Amino acid sequence: MRKVGVVGAGMTLFRRRLQETPKELCYEAAKMALDQAGLTLADVDMVVSGSAPDAFEGIHMKGEYFLDGCGGYRKPYTRVFTGGGTGVFSTIAGWWHVASGLADVVLVVNEEKMSSCQPHPQSVFAHIWDPILDRPLQPNLVWIFAMEMNRYMTVYGIRKEDIARVAVKNKRNAVGHPCAQLPDPHITIEDVLNSEVMAWPVQRLDISPPSDGAAAVVIASEDAIRKRKIRDRAWISGVGWSIDSTMWTDRDLVFPEYVARAAKMAYKVAKISDPRREIDFAEPYDPFDYKELHHLEGLLLADKGQAPVLTREGVTERDGDLPVCPSGGLMGVGNPIAATLGIKVGELFWQLTGQAGERQIPHDVRTGVAQAWGDLMQYGCVVVMRA
Amino acid sequence: MTFLDRTTDARRFRHWEGHMEADYIYTSGLAGERFFVALRDEGRLLAARCASCDLAYLPPRLFCERCFAELTEYVPVPPTGKVAAATVAHVDRAGRPLAAPEVWAFVTFPGIHGGLVHRLLVDPGRARPGTPVRPRVRPRAARTGTIADLEGFEPVA
Amino acid sequence: MTERVERWPGVELSASDLVEGKVTSTRFRPNAKYAWSAGEAMSRFLAELQEGRLVARTCDGCERILFPPRMFCELCFRPTDAWTYVRDTGTIETFSISYLDKDARRIAEPILVGVVSLDGASPRMGLMHYFGGMTKDEIRIGMRVKAVWRPPEERRGSVLDISYFRPLREAER
Repeated sequence: MRKVGVVGAGMTLFRRRLQETPKELCYEAAKMALDQAGLTLADVDMVVSGSAPDAFEGIHMKGEYFLDGCGGYRKPYTRVFTGGGTGVFSTIAGWWHVASGLADVVLVVNEEKMSSCQPHPQSVFAHIWDPILDRPLQPNLVWIFAMEMNRYMTVYGIRKEDIARVAVKNKRNAVGHPCAQLPDPHITIEDVLNSEVMAWPVQRLDISPPSDGAAAVVIASEDAIRKRKIRDRAWISGVGWSIDSTMWTDRDLVFPEYVARAAKMAYKVAKISDPRREIDFAEPYDPFDYKELHHLEGLLLADKGQAPVLTREGVTERDGDLPVCPSGGLMGVGNPIAATLGIKVGELFWQLTGQAGERQIPHDVRTGVAQAWGDLMQYGCVVVMRA
Repeated sequence: MTFLDRTTDARRFRHWEGHMEADYIYTSGLAGERFFVALRDEGRLLAARCASCDLAYLPPRLFCERCFAELTEYVPVPPTGKVAAATVAHVDRAGRPLAAPEVWAFVTFPGIHGGLVHRLLVDPGRARPGTPVRPRVRPRAARTGTIADLEGFEPVA
Repeated sequence: MTERVERWPGVELSASDLVEGKVTSTRFRPNAKYAWSAGEAMSRFLAELQEGRLVARTCDGCERILFPPRMFCELCFRPTDAWTYVRDTGTIETFSISYLDKDARRIAEPILVGVVSLDGASPRMGLMHYFGGMTKDEIRIGMRVKAVWRPPEERRGSVLDISYFRPLREAER
């Protein structure tokens, strides 16, 4: 298979509410990614976009709607969707286009505008539930996270303090991110533990915010990189993805089996046999603080029930042995669903090419893993990148 | 292979009713804001020009879809356009008969790329392509910065 | 990244910017209504609920008893084989104490909700439902519970034909 690399990345600010239309958000991120790569739209062979439900923007078939902002005008264009997994999955789809030999340069653009939905994006999340089994109970989406968090805490005897520690780490890390929505240099574990209980055990500061934003990456073949003498590039070494059924009540939520399957697939492609030793840093999906821990275990970077220990010992701090979410994650930078591409794959690119500025991990890193998660506790996808 | 159990009387199936409702507020965006503020405050139409491609987009947009340049030059749309296509609607969005037929048109302007869809202010029998038209703008007090600030297009006398 | 980018794009708006019309916008409310067919399995499931019973399907391939029932087994990818009933007692697999309603508005009295795995189904085959007859300090994972059914005349063929699951009493074990 051809060698494929990321050669540029871009993103907009992540905020609760942005004025730009979905098309304009796409354009801003896409243009930045191309500029950073030293490329123009004419260099792009194909375009992949990723975006979560149309119902957030309230524009049916939004992939077709905003394709011009993605640079997709009169090009082979595809929109992919895997719920919250879209943030990393669109990179995998972009990788297919180049690895197959069909394209040399692919622009991947992800966008989300959750602010259009009134009174709150929760109204849209209500429709993810099964209409017959779940909706009559009038569930709030936070319930399902609360149930997963409770199971995880109870089975392993994890204290809330160790989960809150992740929120603190990520919101502090986000201080170094120019696009961050909720950076907080002073936040403490007490702040998190004293925040309003939403659905126990979930409290307000355990949750990432809904956001508007867009992000983009440029993916290119080794040939194209060499021909154009592109200096800043990071190789995509492994890809993996897996999904479980929507019958989430049939599963023990204590361990995200589907993330582990995706990780094993990606590690096999990347020829990684000892993830904890061979991976230098990670950007797992953290829509809630406990999810970072849950996903570290799913990524086989921590033994079951042991991710909180790593956090407590400082291993996952930016200057630790295994920095996790050096970007500040969804908890600190924001959660415009698919546009989290910028703080997952985008962050791997910026770290591996030494361009992460204030957030740059202070020691040498050569292998990173990004992961996203989606739907009704069912989907996982993983990308491994190397310098 | 089909299911071993099959209901052959469809009336025995239950169905579950629900809805997918949410309210939406769509911002006009950066380019749209220029367009709708000009329409609301000055009663005029603007296009955005790409100098490299020599195209003036209506409605105006932030970027050129062809060369990806950011568009910062706004130009006025000429006062008279032409009906490119027209149709007469007899039912509403829900398929119910309209009290009176509605005439709709896609209107283009010389030197402008694209156009606008809006009401054509003529009797249904007189809706035809090629008719020169101009925008009829609502009174200032009735204008709020949306496409409804235009009442429609009327034939040039 | 940070050195080469002069301006990070994005024009932030506040809620009042929109509501007070400081920027132009358009409003719309779609009119989307649905009648979802319950299909083969769910139609029977709902009909049985109305009768005060919980029905499941068996899969001879993996020998599981699938609840809620489904017409194909997602593991074996073959049609399921037979109907069978499960008990209305079970175990709390996980739960939450919610102070939020479905529109994310705050409620004073919390809702106890979670997943109950039913006796007679394969392990971990669960149903999301309310818990009652217990306080938020009493609820715990592993608690044995039993369904509290609505009176027959109030049942409609819905998961709400069960009001909630309450703790199993000593005499019922």
